[in-house]
Amino acid sequence: MKRAQQVHRAALIEWGRLQPESVVLSGDLTAPCEADGFQQAYPDRFISMGLMEQNMIGFAAGLAREGFVPLVHTFGVFMYRRALDQVEMSVAYADLPVRLFGFLPGVTTPGGPSHQATNDIGVLRTLPNMTIVEVGDATDIEGLYGLSRQVAGPLYVRILRGEVPRLFPEGMDLTLDRARVLSRGTDVALLTSGVCTEEALRVTPLLAAAGLSVTHLHVTTLKPFTDPQVIEAIAGAALGVVTMENHTAIGGLGTCVADLMAERGLGKRLLRISLGDRYLQGASQPYLMENYGIDAMALVRAVEALAGAPTGISADELVAAQASDFAGEVQLEAL
Amino acid sequence: MATPSETAAPDGMGANWTTHCRRMADGIRRRALAHTIVHGGYLCQACSSAEIFALLYGHAMTLGPSDGPMVPPPYEGWRETKDARTTGMVYNGARAPGLDRFFVSPTHYALVVYAALIEAGRLDGAALDQFNTDGSRVEMIGGERSPGHEVNGGSFGQAISQAAGVAWARRHRGDAGNVWVFLGDGELQEGQTWEAILSMGFHRLDNMIVVIDVNGQQVDGRMEDVMGMEPLVDKFASFGAVAVVADGHDLDALDAACATPHEGKPLVVLAYTCPYQGIPILEERYPLLHYVRFRSEDERERYREQLARLEAGGAAQ
Repeated sequence: MKRAQQVHRAALIEWGRLQPESVVLSGDLTAPCEADGFQQAYPDRFISMGLMEQNMIGFAAGLAREGFVPLVHTFGVFMYRRALDQVEMSVAYADLPVRLFGFLPGVTTPGGPSHQATNDIGVLRTLPNMTIVEVGDATDIEGLYGLSRQVAGPLYVRILRGEVPRLFPEGMDLTLDRARVLSRGTDVALLTSGVCTEEALRVTPLLAAAGLSVTHLHVTTLKPFTDPQVIEAIAGAALGVVTMENHTAIGGLGTCVADLMAERGLGKRLLRISLGDRYLQGASQPYLMENYGIDAMALVRAVEALAGAPTGISADELVAAQASDFAGEVQLEAL
Repeated sequence: MATPSETAAPDGMGANWTTHCRRMADGIRRRALAHTIVHGGYLCQACSSAEIFALLYGHAMTLGPSDGPMVPPPYEGWRETKDARTTGMVYNGARAPGLDRFFVSPTHYALVVYAALIEAGRLDGAALDQFNTDGSRVEMIGGERSPGHEVNGGSFGQAISQAAGVAWARRHRGDAGNVWVFLGDGELQEGQTWEAILSMGFHRLDNMIVVIDVNGQQVDGRMEDVMGMEPLVDKFASFGAVAVVADGHDLDALDAACATPHEGKPLVVLAYTCPYQGIPILEERYPLLHYVRFRSEDERERYREQLARLEAGGAAQ
């Protein structure tokens, strides 16, 4: 699998070139959020806000009211947890075009619960006016500027840094409320998001080899959640539906899909692979994915449960299908 | 530095501005008292801040004429938020590079804002009849659609950060106009307020003037009993602002404080006030003054007598 480095860093510089009214705000996490390139390219449009997330969110709201497009950079936890009232009252209530880049979703950092954004989608989905997008590869990240142009109000981006996979062709647009189609089939509808899409791609060829036909959608927009492709995939799945996400059990992709199925009367089994209703711990991404149940084997077991029969896929086969190296030492330093 | 009387007054009144602002301040208290007698309300805030709002709207701020209807139209609620948003800032005049902007943080002062707009000729007196009624934008705790309000304050400490963002944007564009922020002293207990002051100093936002009604009161009573903050002026200075103290009921002193040079730094004016200034009967309730709710018809009648004296042009007793 192709991989890319510091994709947001380059994309943000290009964003700044394309949108002169964009300004970057950073909460003392400029290089760790890959905003240092923008800072160097456009120093007069870079605003250092220090460790003041509440003030930074309000400051961004004021800039948005003046016609700027504020691109707020810090770790996700410091926005949706620490500054939630500010995100609500200063930004979402006023429906302002502030872009919040929330880094370190779930298992992507060994920094422990203080740094791991594990319930950000669940919390922020409850905010009126809020649009929520999660990226899973380099092409998603490069498509964020185009996506931002489709969103009039506030936008939260659950974003990845450092080394990321390239799952989709370069230059492919990221469209609001439209999943990316990875395969089409008739037995199982598999809906994955964020880093779970890459993990699922280790499994899907083995499922096909085992004779299971899978519609696999990579979901990027978590709010709104009205994509007709998702409805179609669920309606056409003979055995049922599996969701897989780097998020706690409540409020994320699995909840979105459950709500949709109930409202549309799509009477199927739904198995939801998530981090569970719990906090994580400080550990590596492979360790966390395995121990909190969002790894390739968890997906194999879910599909077997739907099929009511073993697939014959072994742990050794999954190891052989290892798609990538995970975060290296360089990324650990930037907490 | 120019003395206030030498400054070209934006109101065009020259030296007569103090008489004008004195009348405005009296009118703010009178209107707040008349309203409170019928409905109860945030009366102490009007007592403490009447001169501050009179000075801001009557003299200190450079605002264009109001673009808002004298009697506010009904509020359509969520239906207005997307397409047909009507903001309360139109009552403070158009946005223009040379004009000032005004941000109210403790929007529990909404009644005072409305009364000040009425006294400034920007709102009809009848607008207060809508106060806190269903379907009205003349809300009890103002929002951004309420006359005179530009952002959503109310959750303390949030408006000053938003105003700082506006000030950064205005300086980036080269606007000459100032950004004024009105704060209560209770919200100085919020950490965000100090984050904002620090960042305003760090980013050298000297187009900002923050005026604080230091009435020493909060919901539970006296600030010094709830969470004392003094010495305030030293705190603001150490956080990177030029901070000055003034008698918040002395218009000349307030005006001079607002004209303090503050190159490269935001200006903070600590206006020390009395929470029952001009309506001494309120002192009976001290120190629980946050919201006045009458306990008996007899008590209400005594406030009516105070109002009658104020309306007759005399001092309340």
